[in-house]
Amino acid sequence: MNCRIKGKNISYLCIFFDPAVRQYRMSGMFDSFQPLTVPRHAPALPHMMRQKRFAWAVRQGLKRVSSDKDKDWGAALRRVADAQDRDAFAELFGHFGPRVKAYLMKSGADAASAEECTQDVMVTVWRKAGQFNPARASAATWIFTIARNRRIDMLRRDNRPDPEDLPWGPEAEPDQEDALSLQQETEKLANALRELPEAQRSMIERAYFNDLSHSEIADATGLPLGTIKSRIRLALERLRHSLS
Amino acid sequence: MITHHLNDNLLMAYSAGSLPEAFNLVVATHISVCDDCRARLAGFDALGGALMEDDEADLAEDSLANVMARIKSGAATAKPAPKPRDPVLPSPLVDAIGGGLDAVQWRPVGGGVRQAILRTSDKASARLLHIPAGAAVPDHGHQGLELTLVLQGAFRDEEARFARGDVEIATQDTQHTPIAEPGADCICLAATDAPLKFRAILPRLAQPFLRI
Repeated sequence: MNCRIKGKNISYLCIFFDPAVRQYRMSGMFDSFQPLTVPRHAPALPHMMRQKRFAWAVRQGLKRVSSDKDKDWGAALRRVADAQDRDAFAELFGHFGPRVKAYLMKSGADAASAEECTQDVMVTVWRKAGQFNPARASAATWIFTIARNRRIDMLRRDNRPDPEDLPWGPEAEPDQEDALSLQQETEKLANALRELPEAQRSMIERAYFNDLSHSEIADATGLPLGTIKSRIRLALERLRHSLS
Repeated sequence: MITHHLNDNLLMAYSAGSLPEAFNLVVATHISVCDDCRARLAGFDALGGALMEDDEADLAEDSLANVMARIKSGAATAKPAPKPRDPVLPSPLVDAIGGGLDAVQWRPVGGGVRQAILRTSDKASARLLHIPAGAAVPDHGHQGLELTLVLQGAFRDEEARFARGDVEIATQDTQHTPIAEPGADCICLAATDAPLKFRAILPRLAQPFLRI
C-alpha cells in the first residue's frame, strides 16, 4: 500500500485523488484497508488458519491477475527487461497494441499514422522495459505515458517537459507488496471507471483523448461550462470514493 | 512546506498532454519539488491508463512483425544518468533556460523588477521574474489564467503568502499587488495565456514593449 518517496511513506493511488484523506493515509491510519495483511500477534490456531487464508487469498489474487483480462503485465515487462523474452513481448503487444492504436485514433490520428505511432510506442516499450517499476505504476499506466508522449510529438502538440526525477538513490528491487497493492488499486480504479454514469465518463474521455479544454468541450457539446466542470468534479469524486 | 498546490484541472490536463507549453513548464517545475502533486499526478496517469484499457482498434497484419524487426536492430536504452541538480532551478527549467540561474538573460522592467522571457509556444507565455526583496509588482488583474511559482524567497499579496514551491493560480477574478518579502530576492516562474491588466497607466503603456 505504501511507496516511499524521499523517505516518507506515501500510500499509492488511493491518496491521489483526495487531498482531504491524504494526511490520514500517510500516517498509516487506514492500514486496515490492506486486504492481505497477516496480523503478527494472533493466537496459534487462528494464526495458522489466517496463514492458510492468506495463502488462499494470494492464490485467488494471482488467479485473478492471471486471467486473460487482468494478466500480470508487469511481470511480462520484467521478463522483457531481464531476458529479452520475445513471447512475453508478443503477449504485451497483443494486449496493448490495439489499445494504444485506439487511443491515438480517438485523439485525432488517421489509421495509418496511428498504426505507425503504435509501432513506435511498442518499440519504446521493448527498449525501456528496464525502466518500468511495478511499485510506481501499473503496466497500463506506464504504457499510457509513453503513448501520450508519442501522441504529443505526432500531433505537434505543445512541448511537455517531464518533472525532475526523484532522487531514488541506488535502485532497490521493487517492493513486491507495493507492486501488488498498486495493482489491486489500479484494478479498483478501472472498475470504478466502468461504473461511472455515461455523462460523466464521456467528459473525462474528452478531456484525455480529444485534447480539449473545458471551454472547448463546452463548444463541442453545447453544454454549459458549469455542467462540464461539475460532471468532471463528480466523476473524480466517485473515483476517489471507490478507492477509499 | 508547500501550502499552495496545483488543482485537479491542471494536473489532469498535464497528464492528458493538452496544456500549452508555458503551463506545462510550471506544472513540471512544481511537481519536481512537490511530492504531493507528484503522487496526485500518478493518479491521473493511472486514470489515463485505465481509459486506454477500454477500447481497441485493429492493428495492421504485419504490425508485430515490423516491430520485432525493428527491435532486432536496436539495443535497449539505459536509463539516462541523472544530471547535476541546480539548487534553485529544477531540471525542467534548467532545460528551458539552457543552464542555471547565471545563464538567465535578465531585462529590467521598472521598479527594480527584472524578467527573462522563456521561449515557448505562443498559446501562453512564460517568464522568470526577479523581484528585489521588499519590492512590489504593480497592481494588476488577469484576463485569462496566470500561474506563478516561487523558486526563491517569498511574496505576499492581499490573499496569502507564497514561498518556494508554492504556486499561485490567478484567474479573471484575481486583482492583486504581489510584494516580495524582506530577506532574499524573490525569483518566480510566471505563465499566462492572456496579457495582464494593469491598473496604473504607466505599466499599461509599457506593456507592449515588455510583452507582459
